[in-house]
Amino acid sequence: MTGSDTSVQQDLSSEALIVKLVERIARRVDDEKEYLTELDSKIGDADFGVNLDRGLTAVLEELDGMDVESTFAAEIVETVGRVLMSEMAGSSGILFGGGLMTASAEIKGGTDAESFVAFAWAYVDHVEEKGDVSIGAKTMFDAIVPAVNLLSKSVEHDERSPAETTGAALAAARRGAKFTSTLEAKKGRASYVESRSIGHPDPGAVFTAIVFEEIHSLVQEATDQDIAADVDDPL
Amino acid sequence: MLNGFVAAHDGRVRRPDDTDLVVRSDAPVEGKVSVVTGGGSGHEPMHAGYVGSGMLDGAAAGAIFTSPPATEFADLIDEVDNGSGVLAVIKNYEGDIMNFETAIDLVGDADVETVIVDDDVAVSEETDKTGRRGVAGTILVHKIAGAKAAQGASLSEVRKVAERVIENVASMGVALTSCTPPEKGSSTFQLGDEEIELGIGIHGEPGIERTQLDSADEVTEQLAAPVVEDLELSAGDEVAVIVNGLGNTPLGELYVVNRKLDDILSDADVDVYRSLVGEYCTSLDMSGCSITLLELDEELKELLDYPAATPTLTIRE
Repeated sequence: MTGSDTSVQQDLSSEALIVKLVERIARRVDDEKEYLTELDSKIGDADFGVNLDRGLTAVLEELDGMDVESTFAAEIVETVGRVLMSEMAGSSGILFGGGLMTASAEIKGGTDAESFVAFAWAYVDHVEEKGDVSIGAKTMFDAIVPAVNLLSKSVEHDERSPAETTGAALAAARRGAKFTSTLEAKKGRASYVESRSIGHPDPGAVFTAIVFEEIHSLVQEATDQDIAADVDDPL
Repeated sequence: MLNGFVAAHDGRVRRPDDTDLVVRSDAPVEGKVSVVTGGGSGHEPMHAGYVGSGMLDGAAAGAIFTSPPATEFADLIDEVDNGSGVLAVIKNYEGDIMNFETAIDLVGDADVETVIVDDDVAVSEETDKTGRRGVAGTILVHKIAGAKAAQGASLSEVRKVAERVIENVASMGVALTSCTPPEKGSSTFQLGDEEIELGIGIHGEPGIERTQLDSADEVTEQLAAPVVEDLELSAGDEVAVIVNGLGNTPLGELYVVNRKLDDILSDADVDVYRSLVGEYCTSLDMSGCSITLLELDEELKELLDYPAATPTLTIRE
């Protein structure tokens, strides 16, 4: 998930790290579900936060009953996706859950950088194809594409430290989420409000930024580097 | 909710174990194409209310305003399919469409076709957007496709007649208040005491215009005009009408709307062949109503009249 020369955290396996990340994302969503739902009520049908929370709660229950250390990383991610797809349902279930299921096939070497980048691109492809979405339609795509782009370039050139890489990806995700405020929605229920969607960020894009925040903080802790991320204020 | 529904209509419908499905108690029914639907809950009696002979073979219920997962749709196909094929009637929402398409991948070998209902004329049909929503007109698709299937038609014949209904049906709604999704616990949007939202969606999606509350007659005119225009109705045409309550509108008010609608149509020399007035596709506790018109031809009239026995709609011989 970071620079190619180092595994993220010596004392944690890839599998444990993935579970830890999911737990942190779930906690953040639990904390922010009202905010996310409020954002959704401005442009959609006011259920994004609660649906996400319901999905992630079911994911945590499933992971709780799993022998993580004897399960492959890809299988854990696939399980997370499958539970999200059936418990969140709706478009989010297919896009987030189905995306994890599809992309999990790319996780061959655990959480090393190359696997993570391949995983992230496969996820982006899934969202693009299933959601029939492009940049500028005011969706999570506007946050995730710039973040994954940055991640992928950093890993390719291998000049940044792991935490610098995830910090830059986080900054890109946040910029993307902020950018959605300026857009008129072209997809989903938000598209019906037309110009009234302008001025409010897309909740899926905001959630994407939250995911990158948690990835970044995990990597920061893991690599014990205290590099201030080049980030804007939280949304 | 589903258990209560099944308890109320015991013997006609059943809920397969460990699912959020309602199917005909005799499903799979041999020798006919199955017609199914599904979508978020919160629109009762849609969708399970239309499960029964002459209409739907089964329906999948999602969480409030949330599409059922692909796995539920896949289970639905498995429950009802007898090998004659399945027509899925899907409303034009991305979640419903994506989950159903994924379900078709999951079931693999079943012969499944889909039609997408998009009768809400309040939404513009720009190509780069999601397009018109599916609302109360969907019930007429259920009715007519279900009748065609009951007559023993092939899957492609059932699909074609469903598509003809979709081409000829149009709806428009108005809200006097928002709905209150239980998990949110508060209104989706705010309307003043004297305000109405024309073109409201059945999930509280904003409409096309927020305006001052007017008399029922004025509001009915504002709803009927775009529907009549969309269908390009002219003198001599025949229509089926639904005046649909959105969850919190007295039936008496719906009849007031229907009276005015009847006047408008008769002034235009459009003949009302059959009317449904009541709650058919609601939006939780929203105050308001919608008007749906379906332009009929001889075959659609015959299929509309074909007997059906469902918890919500019964058409006798």
